[in-house]
Amino acid sequence: MGEPLNPRYRLYHPKWHRTRIPIFWWLRSFAYIKFISRELTSLFVAYAGLLLLIEVSVLARGEAAYGRFLAWLQSPAVLALNAFVLLALLFHTFTWLNLAPRALVLRVGKRRVPDALVLVAHYSAWIAASALLAWLILRR
Amino acid sequence: MRRSREPFLWALFSGGGMASALLLPAIAFLLWIAVPLGWVEGGSYETLFALVRHPLVRLVLFALISLFLFHWAHRLRYTLYDGLQLYHLNQLIAVVTYGIASFMTVVAAYILWVFA
Repeated sequence: MGEPLNPRYRLYHPKWHRTRIPIFWWLRSFAYIKFISRELTSLFVAYAGLLLLIEVSVLARGEAAYGRFLAWLQSPAVLALNAFVLLALLFHTFTWLNLAPRALVLRVGKRRVPDALVLVAHYSAWIAASALLAWLILRR
Repeated sequence: MRRSREPFLWALFSGGGMASALLLPAIAFLLWIAVPLGWVEGGSYETLFALVRHPLVRLVLFALISLFLFHWAHRLRYTLYDGLQLYHLNQLIAVVTYGIASFMTVVAAYILWVFA
């Protein structure tokens, strides 16, 4: 006995049984739907990155092009899409920051920094970053 | 044995996740909703142009856009893998998602490099 030399080789296992899981298993409960929605927020993160890149290239092409881009942003369909995108991005922010205490275990001496403190630090960073962006974008 | 690329890709996913969580709601709300709707007055064309022209701002934009794309690539890869059980297409999905992220990173580098 021992490990087979070929890693792809499997010994015969007549007792193995695997239940088949349907493809849409994640529609079965609210927790699963929430999980998949959270994962799919990444689509809107990529969308926002690309829209930001488009905005940069429009700025490079001059004031007239920028005006056309603003008019495009004002069309109802684009506004509706971007409102939905904003909701998805907020969902990403809340789910991401709420997991921070589990991803980041800090210790001071032998004591673990309490979860609440890690949460407060992350939400404060979010507020500070948003304020900085507001200043950068809206300054005249 | 070949060293796994997984920790590196996970770091890009994680960095992109944190950067997007902290920055994107404000960017999306201000640039793409509040300013177009006239709720607030955005910076003038000249101000925004001068802002993006700054080399440091362009460097940060490049890093952010690339991180957002790799965050998407990594997360969508595992969503397809687990959600739709496409275990047999694992390699193809990885090539396509990271491929798109890498390609768009090069495009972003070009656009930001030739700016102004």
